[in-house]
Amino acid sequence: MKEKAVVQGFANNLDWRNRKGVFWHVIFQASTIVGIITLITLIFNVIDSAFGYVAYEARVDPDTLTMNGIPLEEQSKEQLVELLQSTLSSGAYNKLNNEKSFEDRSREEVFQVIVERIIRPKVVRVWDLWPSLTQADEIRATVAQDFPKAELDFVSWLTRDFVTRPQTSEPLTAGVRTAILGSLWTIFFTILLAFPIGVGAAIYLEEYASDNWLNRVIQTNINNLAGVPSIVYGILGLAIFVRTLEPLTSGKLFGLVDLTTANGRTVLSAGLTLGLLVLPIIIINAQEAIRAVPRSLRNASYGVGATKWQTVWSHILPNAMPGILTGTILAISRAIGETAPLVVVGASTAISFDPSSPFSKFTTLPIQIYQWTARPQAEFQSLAAAAILVLLILLLSLNASAVLLRNRFSRRF
Amino acid sequence: MMTNNNSEPKYVIETQDLEIYYGDFKAVTNVNMKIEHNKITAIIGPSGCGKSTLLRAFNRMNELYAGTSIKGNVIFNGQDIYAKEVDPVEVRYRIGMVFQKPNPFPKSIYENIAWTARIHGYKGNMDELVESSLQQAALWDEVKDKLHQSGLSLSGGQQQRLCIARAISIKPEVILMDEPASALDPIATLKIEELMQELKKNYTITIVTHNMQQAARASDYTAMMMLSGEGERSGTVIEFDETKKIFTRPSDKRTEDYVTGRFG
Repeated sequence: MKEKAVVQGFANNLDWRNRKGVFWHVIFQASTIVGIITLITLIFNVIDSAFGYVAYEARVDPDTLTMNGIPLEEQSKEQLVELLQSTLSSGAYNKLNNEKSFEDRSREEVFQVIVERIIRPKVVRVWDLWPSLTQADEIRATVAQDFPKAELDFVSWLTRDFVTRPQTSEPLTAGVRTAILGSLWTIFFTILLAFPIGVGAAIYLEEYASDNWLNRVIQTNINNLAGVPSIVYGILGLAIFVRTLEPLTSGKLFGLVDLTTANGRTVLSAGLTLGLLVLPIIIINAQEAIRAVPRSLRNASYGVGATKWQTVWSHILPNAMPGILTGTILAISRAIGETAPLVVVGASTAISFDPSSPFSKFTTLPIQIYQWTARPQAEFQSLAAAAILVLLILLLSLNASAVLLRNRFSRRF
Repeated sequence: MMTNNNSEPKYVIETQDLEIYYGDFKAVTNVNMKIEHNKITAIIGPSGCGKSTLLRAFNRMNELYAGTSIKGNVIFNGQDIYAKEVDPVEVRYRIGMVFQKPNPFPKSIYENIAWTARIHGYKGNMDELVESSLQQAALWDEVKDKLHQSGLSLSGGQQQRLCIARAISIKPEVILMDEPASALDPIATLKIEELMQELKKNYTITIVTHNMQQAARASDYTAMMMLSGEGERSGTVIEFDETKKIFTRPSDKRTEDYVTGRFG
């Protein structure tokens, strides 16, 4: 193109402007790439730990536990309990019995105890996925030389058994069922508390509250609460739910639990604490969604003589619902990953039986991961990596179901 | 509660020294006008002179905007609609409104009317009501085969007639129209104007318009609004008379300048 004649006062600087544009383009692209690399590194790191070779030895050979010719795997629950009683010290046996009486445990649970307390397979060494793939021969040679009695297996730490087995202190038999159920129970109470109260408060603040100083103070405080560190909510939960409301949260008031051991450190307390934690986030997101409902729709409704309640219920809520649900999904995702407040509220670090009521003791996935990563042995790092994968899958599937729910709402015209 | 006067008054709405404020800012001042039964009254004037603000004050829609307040009275069938004992919801039930931008509910065509009737406790035959409302709004023939499609799937002009059908389904006594044709093409505009002539037989209509030809063609009475006063200027009705007179022999020089296009 022929160059435009120079007009006085105007610099012909198109090249310079384009170069500036390219410069920023590259910067923005680089930021994105850094983010993606970080994510890939994270996932690679987790997967690297979650699979690989394991060398392990049994401390007691299971063949020596055969009774009357019946191998250990086929013995009845009663026989297994007897074996435990005769092998363990009475103190250790009674302690197990107090945790949960053997009458209440299933055969599978008793067998688990035997593997854990008597056979005690011992991991002697673990390898990550990358060396397992690239240096398999060296690993075999090392094991043959250093641990002649050990067996070497390529294992995936993340297996179906890992998800369905309860927690134990032996890495080879440990699972996350207890933690998954603990997380689900907790989240259930979180949603139960935070969703209705959060949406209700958002409706009140957006549609009913007049613009006076009191409501402005409330609004400012809600915004600030969303930024309060989660450990503070843990302390709040400890004071309110675990201590003050103990008769309620421990279930004593309802007489459903063993009064001698019941205390407020239950899934109910944990769920309510996380509910308080995500409440401001849900309120703020729901307010945004309600504010985004166009004025023309409100006009249409009020213009035909609808009351405020009719307008809110028939028009504002249905139209804001996809946005409200998106905000709730974000809040719930945060709650699932929370660790600190649950430590304060008193998540148990080692329990081997499942939560079965609102008043159960509990542990959750992040707590479990935290506990495993804190241990020095490499096999627990692998367990933690597998548990992280479970947590990610749980999060993604909850999010996916929420997105489906949201799309269902948006399709109503 | 408002009571209906049995002796049908000549004037449906009457304002007395009406002033409208946004916070401390006086947007409309000193309006005294009477809106006659079964007539179309147009409010014209330049942008920003308070036409829509005045119209919204007739059915208390202005209260939905934060910080608005009024002084003076708006008398509807002998009752001040701003009196303490009057419920604004009932005012809007009896004085309906059609807005500048067509705003059907994001529901089906049928539901747009049925929901409106239902919230007022309509117990009669809903199908008949929907049909008659759409027929009065001259929309029935175009939508009778797709009553259960979304109201938003219609064209702009059809959407606006759906809004009119929705407004008349609950039999208001007055219909306020805030530039109902400004977002429509000339053909759709003409349809709305024809419709207004039909509706006039049963309803009192007040319309705000930017379009002077529209006011001249369609209305019986015209109110000319303009900013006036020194310093902080607020809108007021400078002339209110029969449309014929406003457009042929206006008594105010500013009106004459405006309607003949010599304004400013």
